Formats: sequence, C-alpha cells, structure tokens
Amino acid sequence: MTKFTVNDKPVSTETAPDTPLLYVLRNELELNGAKFGCGLGQCGACTVLLDGQAIFSCLTPLAAIEGRKVTTLEGLGTIDNPGPVQAAFIEEQAAQCGYCIPGMIMRTQGMLNENPSPSEEEIREHLNTNLCRCGTHMRILRAARRAAGKPPADEAALAERSAT
Amino acid sequence: MNAFAGPSMSRRSLLSAGGALVLAFSLSPRLAEAQKTEAKVSGTGKLPGSLSDTPYLDAWIRIGEDDSIAVFTGKAELGQGIKTALIQVAAEQLDVDLKRIVLHTADTGETPNEGYTAASHSMSESGTAIMNAAAQVRAILVARAAEQLGMPATQLTVENGVVSGGGKTLSYGKLVGPDVLHVKARPHSPLKDPKQNTIIGKSVPRVDIPGKLTGAVAYVQDLRLPGMVHARVVRPPVYGAQLTRVDTAKAEGMPGVVKVVRDGNYLAVLAKGEYQAIRAMNALDASASWSGGIALPKKDEIYAVLKGLPSHDTVIQDKGQVGAGRGGTAVKAAYHRPYQLHGSIGPSCAVGHLDGDQLTVWSHTQGAYPDRDAIAEMVGMPQDKVRVIHMEGAGCYGHNGADDAAADAALLATKIPGTPVRVQWMREQEHRWEPYGSAMVVEASATLDGSGKITDWVYDVWSTPHTTRPGPAGSLLAANLIAKPFQAPYPDPIPQPAGGGDRNAVPGYDFPNSRVTKHFIAQMPLRASAMRSLGAYMNVFSLESFMDELALAAKIDPVEFRLQNLTDPRGRDVINLAAEKFGWKDWQRKGPGHGRGFAYARYKNLAVYCAIALEMEVEREAGHVRILRAVAATDSGEAVNPDGIRNQTEGGIVQSASWTLYEEVDYSTQEILSRDWASYPILRFPAVPGAVEVHIVDRPGEPFLGTGEGSQGPTAAAIANSFADATGKRIRDLPLSPEKIRRTLEA
Amino acid sequence: MKVVFGIVAVIVILAAAALGYALSPSAIAAIQPPAPASFQQAEVKHGAELARLGDCNTCHTVKGGAPYAGGYGLETSFGTIYSTNITPDADTGIGRWSEAAFARAMRQGLDREGDHLYPAFPYTHFTKLSDPDVKALYAFFMTRTPVKKAARDNDLPFPLNWRPVLAGWKLLFFHPGRFQPDAKASDQVNHGAYLVQGLGHCGACHTPRNVLQAEKRDDFLEGGEAEGWTAPAIAGNAMPAPKAWTQTALKDYLTGRYAKDHGVAAGPMQPVAQNLSEVPQSDVDAIVAYIHPGMRQGNAQPANAQASAAASGSSGQSGQGAAIYAGLCARCHEQASPSRYSEGLNLADSSALHEASGRNFVNFVLAGVQPPEGRAGPFMPPLAGSLTDGQLTALADYLRQAKAGLKPWDDLKDTISSVRKTALAAEAQPQS
Ligand code: FES
Ligand code: FES
Repeated sequence: MTKFTVNDKPVSTETAPDTPLLYVLRNELELNGAKFGCGLGQCGACTVLLDGQAIFSCLTPLAAIEGRKVTTLEGLGTIDNPGPVQAAFIEEQAAQCGYCIPGMIMRTQGMLNENPSPSEEEIREHLNTNLCRCGTHMRILRAARRAAGKPPADEAALAERSAT
Repeated sequence: MNAFAGPSMSRRSLLSAGGALVLAFSLSPRLAEAQKTEAKVSGTGKLPGSLSDTPYLDAWIRIGEDDSIAVFTGKAELGQGIKTALIQVAAEQLDVDLKRIVLHTADTGETPNEGYTAASHSMSESGTAIMNAAAQVRAILVARAAEQLGMPATQLTVENGVVSGGGKTLSYGKLVGPDVLHVKARPHSPLKDPKQNTIIGKSVPRVDIPGKLTGAVAYVQDLRLPGMVHARVVRPPVYGAQLTRVDTAKAEGMPGVVKVVRDGNYLAVLAKGEYQAIRAMNALDASASWSGGIALPKKDEIYAVLKGLPSHDTVIQDKGQVGAGRGGTAVKAAYHRPYQLHGSIGPSCAVGHLDGDQLTVWSHTQGAYPDRDAIAEMVGMPQDKVRVIHMEGAGCYGHNGADDAAADAALLATKIPGTPVRVQWMREQEHRWEPYGSAMVVEASATLDGSGKITDWVYDVWSTPHTTRPGPAGSLLAANLIAKPFQAPYPDPIPQPAGGGDRNAVPGYDFPNSRVTKHFIAQMPLRASAMRSLGAYMNVFSLESFMDELALAAKIDPVEFRLQNLTDPRGRDVINLAAEKFGWKDWQRKGPGHGRGFAYARYKNLAVYCAIALEMEVEREAGHVRILRAVAATDSGEAVNPDGIRNQTEGGIVQSASWTLYEEVDYSTQEILSRDWASYPILRFPAVPGAVEVHIVDRPGEPFLGTGEGSQGPTAAAIANSFADATGKRIRDLPLSPEKIRRTLEA
Repeated sequence: MKVVFGIVAVIVILAAAALGYALSPSAIAAIQPPAPASFQQAEVKHGAELARLGDCNTCHTVKGGAPYAGGYGLETSFGTIYSTNITPDADTGIGRWSEAAFARAMRQGLDREGDHLYPAFPYTHFTKLSDPDVKALYAFFMTRTPVKKAARDNDLPFPLNWRPVLAGWKLLFFHPGRFQPDAKASDQVNHGAYLVQGLGHCGACHTPRNVLQAEKRDDFLEGGEAEGWTAPAIAGNAMPAPKAWTQTALKDYLTGRYAKDHGVAAGPMQPVAQNLSEVPQSDVDAIVAYIHPGMRQGNAQPANAQASAAASGSSGQSGQGAAIYAGLCARCHEQASPSRYSEGLNLADSSALHEASGRNFVNFVLAGVQPPEGRAGPFMPPLAGSLTDGQLTALADYLRQAKAGLKPWDDLKDTISSVRKTALAAEAQPQS
C-alpha cells in the first residue's frame, strides 16, 4: 500500500510499488493531465510536480512516491479558474494538438518554483527535457515568458539574448 | 416571393418525421443512402465544397425546437484548429453567437463522409460546405418567418438566431418545423457580403484549448469505458517476419492478465491494469521467436537502391522545347531526402468495443469512413455494423499509426465480445511501425542565357508512394499479420495537379521550356505513406535550392531572381511582403557564419501561397545552426481565423526546421534502429529559432486555400539557402545535421 | 603530514615567488593579427583535429556561447578559474599573439605579456607537444572566428590571485620538456603515450593531486577528480571496473558509444568522447594501445548478491531500495531495452558502484546522460526530482550490496548534497 497526496488530497493505492506514477494518475485517479509519450524519460509529456519539482511520472515508481506531494495539471487550476501558468498558455494560444502542453505547463511551473525570474537561456534550458512535435515551441516560450512576468514577444527575448 | 424562400413541404416529409430533433436519430440510414461515395478526396462536384457529395442541408446543420444548433463535419480536429474555424464559418452565416454552436466531427454514425482530413482540404471542402449550408439554412428560416409574420424577408432582421420584424420575433427553433432542413442544397447561396463579416476574419480563441490545458477528456487516450481492459501488441522484429514459437503461458499467468491473443503472426495481450499489460507484453515479447522477414536496404546506398528499382515514369510537364540546343550556362544538381518520421508525441491509441453485433472504434484516424470500410473488411462485418468515431490524438502530420491502432482495437474487441479494449502503442512501436515519409531523389538541370533568364528547365523526381492509406483491409498492419492475412494493395500514384511524390515538382515559375518527369516506385523498401505536405517538402526544398544556385550563377539577388520568373500576382505579393518585413534590401552580414536565405512556393501550385525569409548563424566548430529569425508571408485566401493561420504556419516552420536540420530514420539491413528520441533526435528548445513572424495577406471573399502544409517546403529551402549564404558551401542532402555540417565545412 | 608539507611548500613558494617576480619573464611583442589566408589549409585541418584531441573547446567555450571565446568557470579547491578568450580577436583574444608567444604559453605557461598562467590550463602536459603540432594548433586558432569578449576575473583568495606566486608553484611542480618516446615501445604505443601525456592531458583529471593541486607524478592515472565527478583510476591497482576492459570496449567508450560491460562516458568525460569520435581513428587506436595494457584486469570481487542483500533489511530485497530499483531502474538495466541508446548496463558491472566514493553513482542518477543537441547517442534520463536524499541513499545501499557485494558508502549524505549543489552551480554557469 502506497500513501501520498495528489493535488493536496490524500491518496492510497494497493497497486504494485514498481508501477510508474503515470498509470495510477491516469487510470486509478482518472486524471488526464499527465500524458504517455515515451515511457522513457525522453519527452516530458508525463511531467508532474513531486514536492514541487518537475519529474517524469512515466518513470517514477510508486515506491518513490510514498509520503510525498504530487501536483498534476489539474492541481494548477480549472477550466473556469485556470492557474497563472495555464492562463499564460491560454493567453498565448500555445497549443496545436496540445498533447505536449500539460507537460510544458508543469515543467514551466517547476522552473518558476525554483527560479521565479529565469533568463531566456534558462527558460530554454529548463524546457529542454520536453518535446513538442507540432512545432508550438515559439508560443510555448512566449507563454513561459509571460508566466515568468517577462515580455512574451520573441523580439524582447532576442534583445535580451544579444544583450548578454 | 423572396428568391431564397425555402421549398414548400412535401406531404411525405411531414408524415415521415416527428419533429426536428428526431432527424438526428433518423439521419444515419439516410446518410448511408446519400453517401455511396467511397474513400476519396471529396468536394469535387457541382455544389460548393463537400455539399456535392452530401447535398442535404440537415446532414450539416440541425436546429432543435429548443434552439440548439448542431453543426456536422466529416473532418477531424488534428490540432490544426479546424473546429474553431468551422464554428466561426457557421456562426457567421447563421447569424448566431459562436457559443451556441455544437460541432460534431468525423463519426461514421452521424456526420457526412468527407474522406480524409488531409492535404489542407478541410476549409476548402468542409468549410465551404458549412458556410454555404449555413447561409441557405438562414435563408430558409428567414423565408418561413416572412410567411408567418406576413412581411417580406428583406424587412426582417436576424440577431443571434432570432428573426424580428414588425415588433414580433421568432427564434430559429420555432421556425424549424419537421424536415424543413432535409432539403438538397442549391448551387448558389445567399452568402453575406464579406465586408459585413463580424466573426470570419477574427482571431477567435481556439475552442478546444482551455479544456486541453486544464485536464479535460480531450484525446482518445483519455477515453475510459466501464469494464475497459488495456491491450498491448507485440510486433515482429521486422516487416514480414514469421512467428515460429511463443510461450503464452508465462504472460497468461501474470497478474491482471485477462487474455493473450495469437492470430497467425499477430500477438497481443489484454490486462486489467495498463502497466500489467506492459509487463505481460515484455514477457510475451521475450518468449517469442521469429524467423525470416524482409531484408532492408543498406542505409548508405538507399538512393542508388531507389533509382535501381522499377519505376513508372510520367512526364508531368512538357512545355516549349527543352534542350533545343540553346547556348548559355548549364547548371546541374542532385538532391536527396532520407526516410523521415511523423513521430507523433503521443503514440497511436484506439478503443474498440463489440457490443452485440455492433462494433464501435474510437480512433484518431484522419479518415473515419475509409478506416471503417477497411476494418469492416478485416473483421468480416457489414459496414453498417461498424462505427468509427473520431476522437483526437496527438498531432499526426499525416498517415501515422492511427489507422493501424484502430485496427488493433477492432480486432482485439472481436476477440473479447462485450468488453471495451484500449490499445496504446509503445514509443518504439510507433517509431518502428508507422509508415514513414518516403526517401526521395531529385535531379535538376537548367540553362541560363546571358541576361540571367532560365531558358531550359529539366527536373526528375524519384519516390516511393506517398499514400498507402486505408481503403482496403490490406493497408492495415493487423490485417497483414493475422492467420488469414490480407495482402497490402498495390499502391497507386496520386495524379497531378495535386500529386504525391511529384507534389510541387512542376515549377510555379514561368519557364518557357520545361520538362518535369516523375518516377513512381511502387515497391517500398521501408513502409511509407502520407507525411505532412507529401512530396512538396522535398520538391520545394530542391526546386528552391536550385533557384538560389541559378540566381548565384546569374549574379542576381535571389528575391529579385524569383520575381523575374514569376507572374502570379498573389505569389509576387507574398514574396514582396516577406522580403519587406524581413528587411531583405538593407540586411547586413554581421560577420562570418552569418547568412540569410529565401524561398517561396504555392502549395500544390493551387493552394496556400507561402514565402519565407530566414537568417542564421552557423557555428562551424560543432556544426550547429542557430536560426535567428524566420519571417513568413502567407495567403490562404479568405482568412477565417488569422491567429489559427499564424499558429499553423509557425508550427510548420519549426517542424520543418527539425526535419531539415536533424531528421533521418536509421536502419540496418535487419531492422529499424530509430526507436526512440535518443536514436531519432528532433529539435529541442535551446535550438528553436530566436523569432518567428508570420504575416498574412487576407483575401476576403476569396476561396479558402488551407494552411497546414504551406510552410514546410519553403522553410527547408530557406534554411539550405541561408546556410549556403553563411558558409559558401551548399548541402543538397537532407538533413543538414551537425555531423554533416562539420564535415562539409572542414573539407 | 600533509599539513606540514603544505606549510613548507607555501614558504618555499612565497620565497621563489619573490625571486620569480624579480626576474619575471619579458613580454613577447604584439603582432598584427595574421590573415587567415596566410595559413595552409592542411595545417588548419590538422590543427582542428589536435584541438579536439586537446579538448580545447570544452574549457574555452561556455554552454551556448561562441566557440573558444572563454568564460567557462573551472572549480578548484582554491576557487574558480575562468577560461580565457582564445579566438584571434585583437583586443580580447589572442589575435596579437605571435606563434612564439603561443608556443611559450603552451609549453611554459606564460601569456604574451609574460605573466604566469594558472595550471588549470594544462601546460604541464602541453609542454610535451611537438613543434609541428604547436604550429598546427596556432594555425587553427588564428583562423577561427574572432569574438570580442573580455576574460572574466578569477575568484581566488590572496595570495593565489597574485600571479607571481605561480613562479614558485612551477619551480616545485612544473617539469618542462618535449615528449620522450620509449625506444622499446611500438610507434603506435608511443603516439598513444604522446597524446595521453601531452595534448589529451588525461592526467589532469585521472591523476590524483597533492594539496597544492599538483598531479602526483608517481600515481600517474591512478584516479583523480573532475568537476564533481570521480575520474576513476585507468592504471594501477585501484581500477574500479569489475570486468576486464577489452580493446574494443575501450575504443567504444572513448568514442561515446556503449561499451560492453562498462557503459557509456558521462559527466566531464562525455565531451571528451564526443571529441574523440571526431578525430582520426588511428589516434584513438593509439590511445587504446597505450592505455589498455595497463587496465586489463577487472578488479572488483564478484558480488554475492543474495547473501549480501539479504544481510540488511532496509537495503535487502524487500526494502525501499530494492523497490525503487525494480520500478525506476530495472526497465532499462535488466530488461531488453527498446533502443540500443537506452540500453542500460548490468549494474553488477558498474564501475560507479565499485568506486570508493558514491560520487559518480549519484551524478549518474541525478543528471543522467543525454546526447548533444541534434545527435543520436546514449541516453539516461535525469532523475534529480524523482528521489529524495533518503530514497537515493536506500537505492545506493541496496545496489552496493545486491550488485557489488560491498557495504554501503558511509559518507553518502554529504556526497549527495554536494553533488546537488554542484549541479545547481553548473546551471548557474555564465552563458554566452
Ligand atoms: S512519457 Fe514520460 S518522458 Fe515521455
Ligand atoms: S502541441 Fe502538439 S505536440 Fe506540442
């Protein structure tokens, strides 16, 4: 039996401890935010927060979750009341198919938890673990900048980069 | 009486239906009647767009007595934002608020058959159909209001679905009696004057984004049916291998396992828990032995192999007199493209359910109807007993594993009647088994006269097929593997003007003498099918790279050179706009390794126009390219949702940058080696462009030209051209990978 | 003992420093930056290969920054030393350096003005370079893209920030002189020795250092440190690898491929392997020919998994460590992995688990291994957020016993926190 919290609600499961968190979130708790993309820690579609830090839920087994605090996309806000990072992504219309976006949002949230005012380089480095196949990167970057309270436009980022 | 008055009601229809809402239920059989059209790109008849295949207005728009408004499309949301654009079009012509419209997408049980959602046809086919249907529905209802209010229709006004005149009002719901909308569309519709548009042309936020970003059920991957079991398939090591031995006992004994399915070379496991299914899949895989299978070509000889295979050759353009011994400077070049992956971020998934004699499959297929037909054939059920419902998946960019996963779900559902089965492919299964974008070879030669005019143009393209979609059962992996297999059908080339491997092989420029030949290679060393923009990606890359090589030889500025050879005014407009917004004229080279490039194409020579100017820095030590800025100008005809066009164009540019800089399927003669993102690298954030700008030329009232596939080819060529400008060296073989760049610059 | 030696040394150094200061070497006249065209193509190309063998790019380029423009911070036990701009920029780079000045820097650790260079720049190895190689390197660097970027000041305490001190350090620890081939050895082995001792400066990481950061010459390649990683012994008896290295495995490892029974190059060794994959293979073969005979033995005792694992509860098969291993690691490290690039080493064969310190193990788990941008290559995901220090310790304890048959590392808690710190520091590295 593994006990932990998801979005501040206590959870316990009898599922085998070597089972990755992703499958418990999706199938037992019926949370859609974390997605399956590779199961290898290569794409970030499954990203959630564990004690506030972004992790790959497709790899991290229940055995490592015991007593810890999990936050999923659903924990950031609702469709009527989206959290600040979600709002920034909606504002920038940062999605095509949108499949990678929950992971991007969680990764951005994880970054802001550690570093509230990231530089353009730091944002790009931090999102390096997450893949998008639709090529929505420019909008994801704009949304991440907006969420970090920076001017979202590409030009602003260009200026910042050439300044350093 | 008003020219657009609705038809007076026939007795039959009055008797036949008990009110508007009933239509929704009574429609399916009638649709089946009305739709004897098999899988094909639809929308080619007399009536506007797809109305020509599905003429009944109530197949597209249904209004309930409760004023509910349902709009139906046979197209599917693939992440291109089609839902939002179609709702805009309907709301505009119906004069109702966006939020009132409920859009139903591809579902063989309730929507029109519009073939595939592909080739950027959705707006021109479905958008056009819905726009015209909506305008005609509005006219019919207004005419009925005129009758009931005893006033001429011209004196009535409509606001948010409520018709008023002489102080009285009637809502659409009150006006829409039984079967009122079950009438055939007319060739001409009372469309609004584009100048009056209040919704079309606005960047309306995408209707699907908020849900997707807050955890709503948005993808087929999120579908959970009561009692659903999780399935995983075990595939052969290589195409055509035979399953010689497998020990199912171990897997069957594992926790949660419900069933192990073996049907010829088809292997799968069903379990209660998803991870239990994965564990069992691994055990089953480990216990299976395979023999034989098709040997793959040597990767470093692939282009020679392709040219060596039998090909069906067609001259697709023969203009003027090529090679009439004109003098001048002769220029020659050959270009190559490797196999490339769709590489959807979410591997293919589907849910199947055999309930009594009714088989339902939820799939992110691009062609619900054609996939339904193929599945029905495979499982040996009548088509009307099989229903395929489209549900979104991750972006597919063409024919990926979607239809095959749907076939898996259907087949497995028949093996466990009554129980819904969810099949999720693993990452390496998607990488290894999806049909790739075909490897291609292009050879081009041209002659320049003294004044820099192109007097001769000769262009040859070799490619394996660019569509092997369902259709017949044999196009489904599962159907090839089962004990009574269906053979993969002999692939047909897609004819011009659209073309497949030869898409955009015919230059859009006005060359006096030009011969273009396509060499269609039916045999597929690696499984291939439609990948975003098909042959256009490679042909535009080659053609526009070659144009730059010619401009260089003629010592003419590349933008100037293109304009000199192009008369199409809309083409010239996007070229000029992109050049102007980029600042082409007074661009300055910052130093060595800094360069700029330009490219242009009209997709399929009949759809969206796109020109791209791009600048980059080449870091020669590590062979890295850094795209500083890409500026695009597009003309998609009437722009329904400008931000949607920008979104797709930005995406096309970044995705094409990834294809062009990094991507190449890796394989040995025994097996596919690209199985994950470590063995098939794609663009990551640190390397995406510094800035991407998209400028739209809006053409109110002009036909919709689509957008999704306009930017890939121009991006590839703009990258190659700017690399050549930055380094003085040209790379003609895709991709421009770090290793290739390093070697090229060191040589 | 160390301390006493340290004190004596410091006195000697200061004395010598004063002396060194008195007769400090003179500047070499500045020149007009030579035109790139004035160098032979072939020489430049050879220089490019040598630059890779010397890993110049690794220390003289910051992440995402202009190649060879410097600014990379090298952590030492004394403080941080920042690499300089070695592009041919006239004002901030080496554009005004003559070949003589360049050669003197490489071989005597003096810049053009005659100031002493910190041995973080491995002239203690480069001094062995042949004339033609120095010439080729000069040709290569003088034909790079010049970048205007001033060097950043080092963070060093007094008196170390006083360069004349280095005169004393050199007096004690610097042994100038060309490479001396071993008459009894083959040309290939001698070429390998030349590369390893000279340009490759393998000893800079793989040879232990004394309190004053000088390599202990008698313990050549017997194990050192590099940027928060252990640079394992690649000679002598302290080699951690349980299984013997074959020549093939060594070559695979050195060129960034998966080495059977040993795994892949990671941490500071990853860029080295990337570079070695881009030099003439004859050079790599020579390095192998020289290094391999010294590392034939596998040294660790074979693990008696069950017995030792059973021993302790928390780290036994039933414990948290075992559960985490089964869920987090086994998929790639035990089952057939989907892609050859995510193939995991059987951890019973892992050097990291057999080392005296848990550093590399912790580094591997927290940072993983990822191929460079746009290239295919070995992959292990970064797992820093997945495991708490306690969980990581449980995993380590379990693996040490179950896979290596050794008792747990005792100082692991500190190791973990220091590795986590270094990781943060690395993220904070100045960029472009
Ligand atoms: S699904 Fe977890 S990283 Fe790809
Ligand atoms: S938006 Fe489709 S994968 Fe990122």
